[in-house]
Amino acid sequence: MSDDQKNTASGGKTRQRMLTFHILRYNPQDPDSKPRMQSYQLEEAEGMTLFLALSEIREHQDPTLQYDFVCRAGICGSCSMLINGRPGLACRTLTKELDADISLAPLPVFELIGDLSVNTGKWMRGMSERLETWVHAKEEEVNLSKAETRMDAELADKIYELDRCVECGSCVAACGTAQMRRDFVGAVGMNKVARFKLDPRDVRTDDDFYELVGDDSGVFGCMSLLGCHDICPKELPLQTQIAFLRRKMATIGC
Amino acid sequence: MSNETLIIQAGLSERPRKSRLPARLDLLQSMTGLFLALFMWGHMFFVASILLGKDAMWTITKFFEGYFFFGKAYPGLVSIVVAVVAVVFVLHAMLAVRKFPINYRQFSVYRAHAKSMRHGDTTMWMWQVYTGFLMFFLASAHLYQMMVWPQAIGPYGSGGRMWVDGLWPFYLTLLLLVEFHGGIGLYRLAVKWCWPNAGREFLKKLKWGITAFFLILGLATLGAYIKIGIENQDKYLNGEHYTPAWVQQAEESAR
Repeated sequence: MSDDQKNTASGGKTRQRMLTFHILRYNPQDPDSKPRMQSYQLEEAEGMTLFLALSEIREHQDPTLQYDFVCRAGICGSCSMLINGRPGLACRTLTKELDADISLAPLPVFELIGDLSVNTGKWMRGMSERLETWVHAKEEEVNLSKAETRMDAELADKIYELDRCVECGSCVAACGTAQMRRDFVGAVGMNKVARFKLDPRDVRTDDDFYELVGDDSGVFGCMSLLGCHDICPKELPLQTQIAFLRRKMATIGC
Repeated sequence: MSNETLIIQAGLSERPRKSRLPARLDLLQSMTGLFLALFMWGHMFFVASILLGKDAMWTITKFFEGYFFFGKAYPGLVSIVVAVVAVVFVLHAMLAVRKFPINYRQFSVYRAHAKSMRHGDTTMWMWQVYTGFLMFFLASAHLYQMMVWPQAIGPYGSGGRMWVDGLWPFYLTLLLLVEFHGGIGLYRLAVKWCWPNAGREFLKKLKWGITAFFLILGLATLGAYIKIGIENQDKYLNGEHYTPAWVQQAEESAR
């Protein structure tokens, strides 16, 4: 019988497992700080997520531990980190789905703030500015008394589906290409382009989108490793979106 | 110096219009890969004709040498086909090498990433790089040999090459490299362009099935050539070419 089983199986009242967290600690602001793994032990609670576990550790064991969170419900995308080496949202990961030994590390690629906290916002802003991820509408006189042009419900659903991206950065951290080539636009960027390509209010043509992603740091740099697709916490159809964009952009180039 | 050269030198070549070349290169990489993978399927069936007997392999060989069209064998025709394949091969290698890790940082960061991700498609890409890199040398050597000595292809010639010339470890290695690289490459093409629009799990199963099939066929074929090589060492060393009995009879009666 393993220790895990011994811990969970006891007579009468169920005893919870004792979890051991191995957390990467590093403060880039402190010249004396060196990256190291620090271990914390915590008794598992019913329905415990990694976010709850981290909050417990910070509250009762180590107030210096840095990690990000806002919504606690998988909507803001702040708490993405490497969970046992794979990117995921801490607030959406239940400890019961993991072994008792859990390793946590910050997402690679993004600027490290400290411990598990990374500046995904800075990277995402850079990506948004580069790909101009906003509706490029025709310049026309604003007429507030005129009704907006209706959008087909099916199309609106399709756009909404891609708009579910929370920019958590998991797809970038899961991408082998992004690890090697820091200028690679990543699945999040290509998904954005695919989203605005669908939008009828956006006047940009495929030629315009080619200017944004038609090179080796854009869609042609993607090696179809599909770590992004498999890891996306929002389960976005990234494989099909990237393939769709690749076909469109290849057509422009030929 | 042309105006265009000056603009490129100033690092402003991509303005105001981005080059269409990356799109074409990406498509060409996929197309050359597809061509080579499909060629290797055909190639495997041709060389595996030895499993049906020496006569079958002789017939296939002579078919490509134009024997049944011109009444005489022209091994030079094989050289032409090999030259075309070699050009596509070099083109594919040139395009694919753009994706390789180009320094130790890229290599080590990818390796660490693949190890921690425990993600099949990510790990398979490393194998594609390793097998592709080795094929720069092994496939080039094979293509050169076939292009320069196409007349050496035949039951005795190919068998002797395996055993008497001791090239069977070379071909065994090449077989493994081709099957793994080609299999992963075809799978990658399907997911990259999303055609056929099938599920990844199905595509992966199909990929491993195809790889296993060609590996088994390839190993059996290699074994058959080695056996013929062992049994006909003297004939190979005497420079004798295999000729089926029915051809010998026909030639004798024609005289």
